[in-house]
Amino acid sequence: MAVIHVQRKPLTLMERTYFPQILSGLKTTFKYLLGPAETMEYPEQRPAIPQGYRGVPALVKDPNGREKCVSCQLCEFVCPPKAIRIAPGNAPETGASVQQEKAPQAFDIDMLRCIYCGLCEEVCPEEAIFLQTQYSMTGFSRAEMVNHKDRLYEIGGVRPDKHFKWDVKKAAEESSGGHH
Amino acid sequence: MLNHVITIGSEPLVLAVLKGLAVILVIFPIAAACSMAERKVSAWIQRRPGPNRTIPPFLVGIPGIGVLQRLGLFQLAADGAKFLFKEEPLPNHVNRLYYTLAPVIAMVPAFTTVTVVPFGAYLDSSGGIVPLVLANVDVGILAVFAVASLGIYSLILAGWASNSKYPFLGGVRASAQLISYELSMTLSVLPVFLWVNAPGMPGTLGFARVIEFQSGTWTSGGGEWFILVMPVSAAIFAIALFAETNRQPFDMPESESDLVGGFHTEYGAFKWSLFFVAEYANMIVGSAVFALLFLGGWNPLPWLPLATFVHGLHHLTHWAFLLHPVAVGLISIGIFVGKVFTFLFVFMWVRWTVPRFRYDQVMKIGWQKLLPLSIVNLIAYTIGIYFLQG
Repeated sequence: MAVIHVQRKPLTLMERTYFPQILSGLKTTFKYLLGPAETMEYPEQRPAIPQGYRGVPALVKDPNGREKCVSCQLCEFVCPPKAIRIAPGNAPETGASVQQEKAPQAFDIDMLRCIYCGLCEEVCPEEAIFLQTQYSMTGFSRAEMVNHKDRLYEIGGVRPDKHFKWDVKKAAEESSGGHH
Repeated sequence: MLNHVITIGSEPLVLAVLKGLAVILVIFPIAAACSMAERKVSAWIQRRPGPNRTIPPFLVGIPGIGVLQRLGLFQLAADGAKFLFKEEPLPNHVNRLYYTLAPVIAMVPAFTTVTVVPFGAYLDSSGGIVPLVLANVDVGILAVFAVASLGIYSLILAGWASNSKYPFLGGVRASAQLISYELSMTLSVLPVFLWVNAPGMPGTLGFARVIEFQSGTWTSGGGEWFILVMPVSAAIFAIALFAETNRQPFDMPESESDLVGGFHTEYGAFKWSLFFVAEYANMIVGSAVFALLFLGGWNPLPWLPLATFVHGLHHLTHWAFLLHPVAVGLISIGIFVGKVFTFLFVFMWVRWTVPRFRYDQVMKIGWQKLLPLSIVNLIAYTIGIYFLQG
């Protein structure tokens, strides 16, 4: 490796007095002083949240109002901080979710434990849990910071669906005479 | 009754107490306002809004009060109240007497120097300029230098009495720095007084004559401010002023990045705020002295003295009250205070622009650069003034 010797130019007299540099610095700061603030006044102004933002995880329903979660508990097992607790149960005998057999009886996400890693969303085979754009999660007690099932559906709302898996199953059941 | 009040009011002791109260009542709020201005200027330079939320609930909804809220005026009041009411910590390891004494000693010189600084002027019946000053001493600049340098004892005492290493280092640095820059500062103002004390005139070190020299018109001559005649002196004085008031880039005694908080590390609550107010009071006095010596005091522009300005205004508007001594006094105070505030802004502007010098750099600048420069400057002006006036 050839060594390149850089000739360092000696400072001029003006440079050694610091004055030109200080003056140009003062010019820059004065420009900033008059310019607009870069910050956002938070509670009144909210930042625009980009798509794919990893906010509060929540359960979603498909456009037909069907609960998508089948309580397979994969998210519970994958969750690194063990924030998710699921009590599996049978889907109601009647109603929209009858084809999917299983549904969570209880689904709790402890937001004091959640690290917003998004593994639950990634692991979910039913596309039932998604990290939302909501980033502010506050409460006055520990109990308040646990999102229960109804709250999770409230936050998650309805999400567009490509497959309508259970409707396909329902149609197949009906065409084959209710036998499966 | 009124006569009785006036008689009491003219007693020297009562008068002195009144003047002292006036100094405290004027300088304390200005110094406090400076602390808020500092926070706002730093915020704006860093492109933040700064403190802009605090408002007492009973004032919400008054039209136009939002402007004061956004300027942080209520934050300032809240901070002051907090300092008054919070607990006064007295660490176990300190020397109690000197630890308590240090903030008081910081305040005394800071407020004493204010009294000898003229802050305005009015025209007497014969058209002569009468300066407005609390204590019109003939040794003005000497009094300021002598008393202001006493302020260093508070820093040394605070550093030593705190009985802990960072305050101690801060105190040591403060004393070394003050000694280094005091010399250049004094030498830099000597040309001004050599010029003012022309042969055949009564000698003075007062500020009034300096202003007199800077208040001439284009035709009569002598209207140029000393910053135009002696730019090197002004520059040295300004740099030394930054060092004397412990402002960035020379704030060695505080130097929060290497000394935690410097001499006031062990201080809290009201004692700490006294140091803070003393620092700003020193800055105010320093700015005032700079404005008096180099920026023409209460004269609005170079070659436009106060008297000409007021008469010109009167000529334009024909308002008789403009020539009343009170009106002239208020105009001159306005001009002078405007200059002082501008210079205070420069203090803050520089603080948020220039990074702090290292301690060895501070010493090098003080002894190897500023001191020789100020000596050369003094010799050059002495010779120049000899040939001009002699």
